[in-house]
Amino acid sequence: MTILGFMIPLSLAMGLCALGTFFWTMRSGQYEDMDGAANRILIDEDAP
Amino acid sequence: MNAITPPPSVPAETALDTAPSIDSRFTVPGIRCAGCIGKIERGLGLVPGVASARVNLSAKRVAVSHAETLDAETLIEELRKLGFEAERAADNPLARDDVETKRLIRALAVAGFGMMNIMLFSVSVWSGTDAVTRGMFHWISALIGIPVVVYSGRPFFASAWMALKYRRTNMDVPISIGVILATGMSLYETLAGGEHAYFDGAVMLLFFLLAGRTLDAMMRGRARSGIAALLGRMGRGAQVIGEDGTARYVEADKLRPGMTMLVAAGEALAADGEVVEGRTTIDTAMLTGESAPRPAVTGDLVHAGTINLGNPVRVRVTAAAQDTAIADIARLMDEAGQSRSRYVRVADRAARLYAPAVHTLAFLSFCSWLIAGASVYKALTIATAVLIITCPCALGLAVPAAQVVAAGALMRRGLLIKDGSALERLAEADEVLLDKTGTLTLGEPRPVTLAMLGPRSRAIALGLAQASRHPLSRGLAHALRGEGVEPAAVELVREATGSGMIGRCDGAEVALLRPEVETDTLAVDLLVDGTRTRITFADSLRPDVTETLAALKAQGLIAAIASGDRVEAVGGVARKLGLFATAAMRPADKLALLERRAALGHKVLMVGDGLNDGPALAGAHVSLAPGGASDVSQQAADGVFVGERLMPVATAVKVARATMRVVRQNFAMAVGYNVLAVPLAILGHVTPLVAALAMSGSSLLVVGNSLRLARAAGKEAQ
Repeated sequence: MTILGFMIPLSLAMGLCALGTFFWTMRSGQYEDMDGAANRILIDEDAP
Repeated sequence: MNAITPPPSVPAETALDTAPSIDSRFTVPGIRCAGCIGKIERGLGLVPGVASARVNLSAKRVAVSHAETLDAETLIEELRKLGFEAERAADNPLARDDVETKRLIRALAVAGFGMMNIMLFSVSVWSGTDAVTRGMFHWISALIGIPVVVYSGRPFFASAWMALKYRRTNMDVPISIGVILATGMSLYETLAGGEHAYFDGAVMLLFFLLAGRTLDAMMRGRARSGIAALLGRMGRGAQVIGEDGTARYVEADKLRPGMTMLVAAGEALAADGEVVEGRTTIDTAMLTGESAPRPAVTGDLVHAGTINLGNPVRVRVTAAAQDTAIADIARLMDEAGQSRSRYVRVADRAARLYAPAVHTLAFLSFCSWLIAGASVYKALTIATAVLIITCPCALGLAVPAAQVVAAGALMRRGLLIKDGSALERLAEADEVLLDKTGTLTLGEPRPVTLAMLGPRSRAIALGLAQASRHPLSRGLAHALRGEGVEPAAVELVREATGSGMIGRCDGAEVALLRPEVETDTLAVDLLVDGTRTRITFADSLRPDVTETLAALKAQGLIAAIASGDRVEAVGGVARKLGLFATAAMRPADKLALLERRAALGHKVLMVGDGLNDGPALAGAHVSLAPGGASDVSQQAADGVFVGERLMPVATAVKVARATMRVVRQNFAMAVGYNVLAVPLAILGHVTPLVAALAMSGSSLLVVGNSLRLARAAGKEAQ
């Protein structure tokens, strides 16, 4: 059962990491234009 | 843009770089793919004065950062040349509501995190751990659960506190009491080493309720800031000519009747007045929604907020500041809008019945158990279980989930609905009142005799027309582009003020000219190779007016026309469509008509575009405006439809009614679940496991039922 002492903090830390990342993505405006980001990858930068 | 020494030959560009840049936003419904993004961003980037352009594909908007010297009209024209119809969007659409939504999303994320982690421990507890591990798991759950409840519960606690402070009760009161009681009880259980902790239930409740709130907040459009925008359009001041002939600048609110203003070309009028010297054309689009500029000569009345397009004129002020026609409309809109704020949304009506019932039920079960001889602790546990079970998880999701799905489906069909209450009111409408110009018609002159032009003439006509911003040229260019005509290379195009466009093509002179004799219809003459061809224009009806009216009739909505236009103009359209019509109505008349209908118990859907429709749009039970409408009308309306078709109006009513059907089903499901679960809770059989299953089960059911709307709405519009 001692493994729990390691696994529980680890799982909580990972969860917090995900939460922190979500907050960061929200603050940096990554959800402002979801369809645009998916489409922009198709734009050929070198085109005239 | 590397650090190459700027060549001395481009001083204009460096000057523009240092000039202060401003941001403008445009709605461009035609953006669909990566190609469009590239085309617009590259195309606008090449326009001198544009610093950058950024497309938002999801919102179908373009944000342009440009020099002050460039006005919005020019940019819209540039977008049109790139092949996209654009409309000006309000300056800052992401204001307060957005902050509110973001706060709710953050609370939702925290609640989700807490819910998932606590659930991991709860599952182990439910599957039977020994007392020591259970105690530890309860402690960890408490460590996660309490901060999460404090953070994510704030929106509910704040709202409940406000309600209680004013001695009222709302849905948030039982929610807050339930969550706080459950958390407190669970903490007590944890301290006492008890068997059942409800941390998962409390957090899960917050999660589902926050999901409902977030959906609702996402739907809510901008607040009604139309009136501020309206007065902002009025000129801020004017050059006033004194007795001695000198001009000085006078602020709009210091203008007095009798003063003489000198209005330069391109300037907005700051007061109502009468032209005393000069002849010009006035853009009254903002006041009437009519796109064709109106000529104004000595003796004509001109209104504040309209724009002088032609030559400088002298105008004697007849009404200023609060007495102008535009201020009058603003006042009417303000008053009309208040009636609508009294509308009570479905969820709130449900909450009014529901909240007291929940309190009573929980309190009664607490008392009954006490009387039956149970300990205070046991009675409190059961009362908490009742509160948790009855807390309107599914009820909180029932309305927003359905409305968000419906609004999303409508948005893909070219109709933007501003908030959920608009959908509710739309579903109740039983009469439609339509404006004529710009609503039943396109509001723009379109050529009606294109068929007689050959391919070469068409190409030349487009080459000439696209260089001008005159409404006739724009209508012609739009129609020709729509038929896939490629513009001919017309050189030396110039606009001869008052007569037309002149240029050279293949060495010969070509021109689009105003007919030499006055005609009673709008027309231009196309001059190619020495032959004159007359192109006549008309403000044609939207292509699907008849079908739309039939569809509305099929849904039991009676349509009528209310127009500010002349009787003859309205009569023709009314006879053609077989509608009852009232013509020559002033803004106040339209509002009075609406009030009469409302007094008879009718719920009127108003569709209009002009500023003169503004008060009616604000005062109607529910209102829609076409995308070409004045900003103020779009602000005042509950929804905006884009494109040339009128069908979105009928689709909107249909989808709104389907939405209300789904909302009622959702309510039935949520209430049904309560009817099943509450007796269990009162009898004391609800463990945290049962609560968790019941809550997530009913929420999923409600969300799933709402998702059906997307398919139904999609089928509807095909």
